[in-house]
Amino acid sequence: MKHRFAIATLALALALAFLAPMYLGRYGNNIMSLWLVTAVAAMGVNLIMGYAGQETLAQAGFMGVGAYTTALMIKGGKLALALPFVTAPLTLEWQPFSLLSALVASAVFTFFLGLLIGFPALRVQKHYLAFVTLAFSVFMWLIFRNEEWLTGGVFGIQDITRPSILGVEMSPSRRFPHRYTYFILIVTVLLAAAMWWLVKSPWGRAFTALRENTVRAESLGVDTRQYTLLAFAIGSAYGGLAGSLFAPLVEFIDPNPFTLEKSLLFLLMIVVGGMGYLSGPFIGAGVSVLLPLWIETFQSSVVNAGYKWASHASYIIIYALIVLLMIAFMPRGIAGAIDGWLTPKRRPHSDSKGATLASAQAAIDARKGDQS
Amino acid sequence: MIDFFQLLVSGIATGSIYALAAIGFTLLWQTSQTINFAQGEFVMVPAFFALAGMSALGLPFGIAAVFSIACALAVLGFAFKHIIVDPLIGQKGTLPLVISTIAFALLLKDGVKEFYSAEGQRFPTILPDTLYSVLGVKISMAQIGVLLVAVSTIALLQWFLGGTRTGRQMQATAQNPTVARVLGVDVERMVLYTFLINAGLAAIASLLISPIYLAKFTNGEVLGLTAFVAAIVGGFNQVKGAIVGGLIVGVLDNLAAAYISSRYRLAVPLALLVIVILFRPQGLLGRKEERAV
Repeated sequence: MKHRFAIATLALALALAFLAPMYLGRYGNNIMSLWLVTAVAAMGVNLIMGYAGQETLAQAGFMGVGAYTTALMIKGGKLALALPFVTAPLTLEWQPFSLLSALVASAVFTFFLGLLIGFPALRVQKHYLAFVTLAFSVFMWLIFRNEEWLTGGVFGIQDITRPSILGVEMSPSRRFPHRYTYFILIVTVLLAAAMWWLVKSPWGRAFTALRENTVRAESLGVDTRQYTLLAFAIGSAYGGLAGSLFAPLVEFIDPNPFTLEKSLLFLLMIVVGGMGYLSGPFIGAGVSVLLPLWIETFQSSVVNAGYKWASHASYIIIYALIVLLMIAFMPRGIAGAIDGWLTPKRRPHSDSKGATLASAQAAIDARKGDQS
Repeated sequence: MIDFFQLLVSGIATGSIYALAAIGFTLLWQTSQTINFAQGEFVMVPAFFALAGMSALGLPFGIAAVFSIACALAVLGFAFKHIIVDPLIGQKGTLPLVISTIAFALLLKDGVKEFYSAEGQRFPTILPDTLYSVLGVKISMAQIGVLLVAVSTIALLQWFLGGTRTGRQMQATAQNPTVARVLGVDVERMVLYTFLINAGLAAIASLLISPIYLAKFTNGEVLGLTAFVAAIVGGFNQVKGAIVGGLIVGVLDNLAAAYISSRYRLAVPLALLVIVILFRPQGLLGRKEERAV
């Protein structure tokens, strides 16, 4: 029953998603594209946290790397890099690349960057990855802001076009104003399918073993460090891909969307959506894209009704409060709560209040068992 | 060379403040397994308690400082433990706790921005800014004040942890809560003390650092990162490590700003972090983690 419900929901969601761009208009299409891009990056965080049990505080940083890589590649241009000890500056010149090659390059680049910074961190103990990614996040932001020859510094990179993909023009035309939304949608669906396959594969099942009981998994021959590292690198590559889709969407990038705070928000997004659920990133991304808009709408009416202090209740404050409440009372997020309603009496009642992440994960496994 | 000593002195002054933040962070991690990702915000917020005390209640600076420490103990110590940490203690793993400290950090940061000010605020120093010249090296009274307060705080803490019954009970709790409980230590109470000490240290660090950096809502990011790096570089499992780590980071930070690039001064502690993790993951003074976490 639940299995059928899941398939029906998925089919309905896909149908809606493919119809929506035609009816949403320009503004709506932007919001939808932003939601999808955010969800792609959030899927990566979900893999790292919800499946591999590690904390990443650098998803926005990886997104930035993808976005700048893509912007530089598809714009084409010339870079002059003054090297120490060499008199003539090193100059690089290149023709604009296609968006597809920029996507692939961003993914590959962020994947290896993930390996590079994940390797030392995962040698030590659990939370070191959090500290190293925190450091990476700050460092990347310094580079985005300071290296003007490469990133344009605080002015950023402007006029990023949407190049054609496999001969199909992506810039809005009168007959097809929303082609880029469809492109993002298709890429997102493919990436979600890849993620689904990944966590269902034997490889993904090793993760579940790892998360449930590290010691047992190790004794069964799972190389925990290698699996965790790969999960981190793949999750980071999803961040890079999201950045790569993001740059042509907004057509202008500067360091602001890639701060540490944005990375932290990605983390919170997964908690709200439902950690370890494939739908979690989509729900979480939806909330974090729509919440600021809702708050903007309601806030003015609340302030006008005489509650002046409400003007100070910023999006971040409300979001943080929601997360603090959810961690205590709904630790499995929105997806987990829905899952709970749909599976009555499968778990003992004591779970409802102090439900642990472990029981959430047990629930996922139970669900997986149902489906296979 | 004079320049170098000048930078060394100011590096030690700021480093001793970083050490305070790092000690609190380490104690909390040791005693209650709470990795406080809001530590930077804990050092940012108390300055605003003091500013609010001065502007809203019209307190003189000295009393405002005491007021600020009291508020920090209540909010960042007591309330933080009871409202944010305690409900999550039963949950499996440390992930929920990590996430809630991150959410709390964002809450504090945006709270200060929205309810106080988004602008950097000038902050009074404990001792006046008059300069003295010792063998050509200029030292300000303010720096001496910072060092005096930081050093005596650390000395007091060391005495408390090593020389009093309660302090030793706290150490026992940090090393092995189960055995401590069996031996009749009131573990719950010791954990509460740790939270209060952390809040107190953060408040003192805040009052000392804010005249140097201006009190600003974004300070937490840098201060938190510095505290983490100091704690890891020194060695996670002891107070001494946090002191050494704090001083090293403070000195390197000042030297890097002067000799390398002020735009990349933040990158130096980060590079230090990566080097330590690669070559001496237990930290400079640390031992290998003895306890299964």
